[in-house]
Amino acid sequence: MSESRLPGWKDLTLGLAILEPMSARNNLTGSWRSERPVWDHTKCIKCGVCQMYCPEACISQDADGYFQADMDYCKGCGICSRECWTQCITMQQEEV
Amino acid sequence: MAKAAPQSLRKGIEVSISMAEAAMQANVDVVAAYPITPQTHIVEHLSELVADGRLDAEFVPVESEHSAMSACCGSSASGARTYTATSSQGLALMHEILYIASALRLPIVMAVANRALSGPISIWNDHGDIMAERDTGWIQVFVENGQEAYDMTFHAFRVAEDHGVLLPYMINFDGFILSHVIEPIVYWSQELVDQYIGLYEPMLRLDTKNPITMGPVGIPDIYLETRKAHDFVLRESKATIVKAWDEMEKLVGRRYRPIETYKTDGARILLLTMGGVSETAMTAVDALREAGLPVGLVRIRLWRPFPFEELYEAVKDCEVLGVVDRCLSTGGPGGPVASEIKGALYHKDKRPKVVEFIAGIGGRDVRVEDFQDMAKKTLSVADGAPLPPFELVGVRE
Amino acid sequence: MIEPFNVYAARLLPSQELFAQGHRACQGCGPALALRYLLKALGPETIVANATGCMEIISSSWPETAWGVPWIHVAFENAAAVASGVEAGSKALRRKGRIPDKKPTVVAIAGDGGTFDIGLQALSGALERGHDFIYLCYDNEAYMNTGIQRSSGTPFGAATTTSPAGSKSFGQKTWKKDLAAIGVAHHIPYVATASIAYPFDFVEKVKKAAAVEGPALIHVFAPCPTGWRTPSNLTVRLARLAVQTGMFPLYEVENGKYHMSVDLPFLKPLDDYLKPQGRYRHLTKDVIAVLKKGIDQRYNEILEKCEANHE
Repeated sequence: MSESRLPGWKDLTLGLAILEPMSARNNLTGSWRSERPVWDHTKCIKCGVCQMYCPEACISQDADGYFQADMDYCKGCGICSRECWTQCITMQQEEV
Repeated sequence: MAKAAPQSLRKGIEVSISMAEAAMQANVDVVAAYPITPQTHIVEHLSELVADGRLDAEFVPVESEHSAMSACCGSSASGARTYTATSSQGLALMHEILYIASALRLPIVMAVANRALSGPISIWNDHGDIMAERDTGWIQVFVENGQEAYDMTFHAFRVAEDHGVLLPYMINFDGFILSHVIEPIVYWSQELVDQYIGLYEPMLRLDTKNPITMGPVGIPDIYLETRKAHDFVLRESKATIVKAWDEMEKLVGRRYRPIETYKTDGARILLLTMGGVSETAMTAVDALREAGLPVGLVRIRLWRPFPFEELYEAVKDCEVLGVVDRCLSTGGPGGPVASEIKGALYHKDKRPKVVEFIAGIGGRDVRVEDFQDMAKKTLSVADGAPLPPFELVGVRE
Repeated sequence: MIEPFNVYAARLLPSQELFAQGHRACQGCGPALALRYLLKALGPETIVANATGCMEIISSSWPETAWGVPWIHVAFENAAAVASGVEAGSKALRRKGRIPDKKPTVVAIAGDGGTFDIGLQALSGALERGHDFIYLCYDNEAYMNTGIQRSSGTPFGAATTTSPAGSKSFGQKTWKKDLAAIGVAHHIPYVATASIAYPFDFVEKVKKAAAVEGPALIHVFAPCPTGWRTPSNLTVRLARLAVQTGMFPLYEVENGKYHMSVDLPFLKPLDDYLKPQGRYRHLTKDVIAVLKKGIDQRYNEILEKCEANHE
């Protein structure tokens, strides 16, 4: 956060309470990632195990029923890939 | 609202019981407390009031003072009017949570029956317990008698819950010498209480309709600003504190000020006291005045926020100030009150010398003659005697 | 092996997410997954009192919060006491007609250090007083937030930064405190162990805990790749192996009656669980044998309690 956007002491909320629920979404943890999950739709059985076990709650289902990770948040832990029943998710190195 | 006729009822009653009944009249929602001598009569009586249905509140009999203050934080954060009481080791066990209660801006009201800290263990009165909690960010008031202890309970809720304040409030009253004595106390009618404090309307509370996060991590970018904001609101609360006393005077006719003076006109020296010993000190001043000595008394009622201006106004014209501490700052400058007084006066061009006494430690009696003796020693400094080091009054060699 | 549920049952978990993306937990964090399931089970009518620890730090770094429900953090050792106060305050205000008469679920959350060690007194007090709340202990088996120091939840043989392995030490010399038994000893209506590898079981247990009148204690096993020195993708797999090897049996105790949640025809080899973990890498066969014996004994004790219940 840049210095200029930080509030002064007069502008703080009561007791420093955070008033906007789930505002952690402003924090894009996708930048932590060194590997990304890639789904092979030919093997996917659309079971949703990947979504269920994601500690970031960043996997969603698209209109066709396939799953995808939100790269804004995916930290690349690889749990989805490890837990996938059909091994349809591979972790691929992020290229800079 | 039309001013209610000041209906009153004078009762001969134990001070602790009157404080519990004040909390009942304030219609507290939650009491979370752990027993410790000499606070016990307050919480025993509150639990009776709940058991008898006279007070509609949750009495949470916690397993420690640490949990008492923690439960008070949870309760106050849920929006409930919250009361507790403790003393000495119990206050020390709360220490960690006291800072958090004030930083979270939770208007908890707590009575502290002041008592010495261990070791050795002592159940008797001094101010060692509260002086360790000086910087916890609470409003801290010292009362001198039972009437004041009862009245101040209403003042505490009124000020703590004010939306311009929202800070916890400690009522300090001396263990045993005040907590366990029976005094004539004028009770407020319920109408007056309701008129004075009304219902608590929290600004923020734990509410599923508005899910807020209370007590987040204060990263270095913001911790300093939170401390400044806390310091500012505590200092500024003095105006609300005084205004609420003004209003109390209109309602019940008793006048309370941050600093009280007694026979200071023409006094060359003043003694300075805090809490229940002040009445003994007044008796000593009366006797010395009758003997023709130019002696007066200053009493501190409001300890936090510290009333710098009022204090200076009260002491600026005397030559020497004899500060009577009820606590020893071991290995330090003597007494914590004297240290603060000296700090408050240091930058003034015109200021009295300060003689330091530490008296009434761990329940040691402080008699009228002791105050007379302290006043005479202070007067001797005004007459040119060298400034003595701080004195532990009555200590045996 | 996965849970005996229909493959498509993954979608049967409540869809609402109340623990937001963007939280700062490490990659592959087990406890973060536990919180996600917890809030799925409870929904928005929930108030959380969180002890100091990993989950507090990673979810509430000002100015952002991961929480979609009202949440308070006061200190480390007092989550149960803070929750007691929230429950009492809410109860009094509802009774006095100051707020709508709709009872929220109050949950205290703490890690193993905040529960087994420093928070045990506050927990015992709150359970004994009978507050209507859930206490959730997420157990990652050490003080991870401060740098992987041992707690009384750290298992026998595990190396931590304060129970290191060395020429004269095989790591943690003491056995994991039996938290569930401590809960049961308070005669509360509901105690359960759970695992992030078994989300349906966990969610059902949280729902049961919310439904009972009075206190409920849930001890959820949640691996920490950082502290256990394991690859981040093994979190769920290790949690599952802990159950399958008997290291962390899943059971519930309803009004004192034990019931095994996942029946295992046989225990998998303990090595399957230990080998991938850096914290056990130093263990000799002899120490593993002692560990195995202790684990089996504890597992059989639970089995006996469950069987006694069925007789």
